[in-house]
Amino acid sequence: MSTGALGKVYEDGEILMRQGEAGDGMFVIQEGQVEIVVDAGGHSTRVRVAGEGEIIGEMAVFENVVHSATVRAMGRVRALTVDRRNFLRQINEDPSIAFRLVQTMSRRVRELSEEVVRLKRQS
Amino acid sequence: MLPWLGAPPLESPEDARLVDGCSVAVLGSGPAGSFFAYFLLEMAAHAGLRLQVDLYEPRDFSKAGAQGCNMCGGIISESLVQNLAAEGVNLPPAVVQRGIDSYVLHMDVGSVRIDTPLHEKRIGAIHRGSGPRDLSTARWESFDLHLQRRALARGARLIAGRVDAVDWSERRPWVRVRDGERKQYDLIAVAVGVNSTILPVFEALNLGYRRPKTTKTVIREYFLGEDVIAATLGTSMHVFLLDIPRLEFAAIIPKGDYVTMCLLGEDVDNALIEDFVGRREVVACMPPGWDAQARSCQCLPQMNIRGADMPLADRLVFVGDCGVTRLYKDGIGGAYRTAKAAARTAVFEGVSAAAFRRGYLPACRRIARDNDVGRIAFFLTRLVQRMRLARRAMYRTVVAEQSKAANARRLSGVLWDMFSGSAPYKDIFSRMLHPALMGALARSAAVSAVHSERPVPVEDKKS
Repeated sequence: MSTGALGKVYEDGEILMRQGEAGDGMFVIQEGQVEIVVDAGGHSTRVRVAGEGEIIGEMAVFENVVHSATVRAMGRVRALTVDRRNFLRQINEDPSIAFRLVQTMSRRVRELSEEVVRLKRQS
Repeated sequence: MLPWLGAPPLESPEDARLVDGCSVAVLGSGPAGSFFAYFLLEMAAHAGLRLQVDLYEPRDFSKAGAQGCNMCGGIISESLVQNLAAEGVNLPPAVVQRGIDSYVLHMDVGSVRIDTPLHEKRIGAIHRGSGPRDLSTARWESFDLHLQRRALARGARLIAGRVDAVDWSERRPWVRVRDGERKQYDLIAVAVGVNSTILPVFEALNLGYRRPKTTKTVIREYFLGEDVIAATLGTSMHVFLLDIPRLEFAAIIPKGDYVTMCLLGEDVDNALIEDFVGRREVVACMPPGWDAQARSCQCLPQMNIRGADMPLADRLVFVGDCGVTRLYKDGIGGAYRTAKAAARTAVFEGVSAAAFRRGYLPACRRIARDNDVGRIAFFLTRLVQRMRLARRAMYRTVVAEQSKAANARRLSGVLWDMFSGSAPYKDIFSRMLHPALMGALARSAAVSAVHSERPVPVEDKKS
């Protein structure tokens, strides 16, 4: 890893955040890929894979609840933590900093809607 | 030299709005100018506006030495790294020369290493230009060049020239590049820093703008090599609280192959610098055999310590160091905040003085008010610097904190934020006055008063 690599390195299979645990920030993936897995009813379901530049764990920033999924490194991953406190303070000064996050959440809602439609058609 | 001076006519807010096809001049393509151009074009795209943005920059940031340098310590604060990441501006290892995950506080009573609670590298050490003048091969990209390229990728146009005159006619500002033609704009954003010779031109326009109050700083670069830096300074920023008259603050920042030494103070001169580099605490954190005179380069730039008067007018706004910035620390963070506030105002509220007063001035005032609190916080730090018992109490408290949980390391957190510029001074000051911290310091002072201690070197300076 280069001397200038910001964030923290997670090895293959290492957990960035665990479902059910309290979160104090979100992650921005700098290098590599992570899988987002939800455990429910005794089964683990991979919800999606996130890659470089993507924000994950943003729900914990706004809802102040425990993580709704587990995020695990797929191979070597470098991720940067964005503190909840720092981010909310910055939003208070400059609401436009949340624009990209709103874009991300909007895209995910659209993807989920498409997924619901697909599942309904299958059933 | 200044052929077209004259105060511009005042405009009503309704007249001064950016519409499709408007053109904007940005004078200076350091962080403030490039951030302004980048965010202006991004927000304009969100608003469905097509703007022409011209970035005027005489320097070539790909060149080593003074030709491409903007004279700065070169630290991207923890809060700025996070804010940029949230904006989708991730700083690559090709630009960041070293990720910083800790700092080592050096005092005559001992040295102590303080790690970030998350053990994560969230401070970036960079060179603003390509590197010091003796650089043979550039292994990292200039930070200013990186930001400039981002602005150009958004659609800004680079004009490699220095603006030496500004004038108003036909209710619009005009600029003239040295030996070039005049060009009319709908808005001028001035982002030239405090060391520029263009600022008197704006003062002469009688708009109320007055340059910021400044103080001299010293920035020195030493070539040590990547391996030597890893084995000595590691991934820590080294901060010095030494009882040297006129010295406010000193730090040694490890980069890729070089280390940057920054000294802030009152009337910094060669005598003060030589006093500092000869101190035992400084020599001890550098590699064996280090020669303080074998520097790669040195500059003594001015630093903004009190913001400009009236950093705005009709169709004119001053961002970054030539306007208002954070006191002593996080100048690039100050450039980001003011550039973004000005860009937001220009796109969504207009470019009249009234619009900037409404949308931009509050951001400047927030920084200026926080700097007032910062002045008190630095005054207290200065007291500690001057009083050996206070230094011993601080050292004892910080050492004791390292075995505690992250949220119980109150003094370490305060010092981290003071030295890294990662939090508002108001926030730091309120944590400074927390009764639990005051109690811990009082206990440490009492113990220190009855026990003599020998200076203790830091145990682990490596990454």
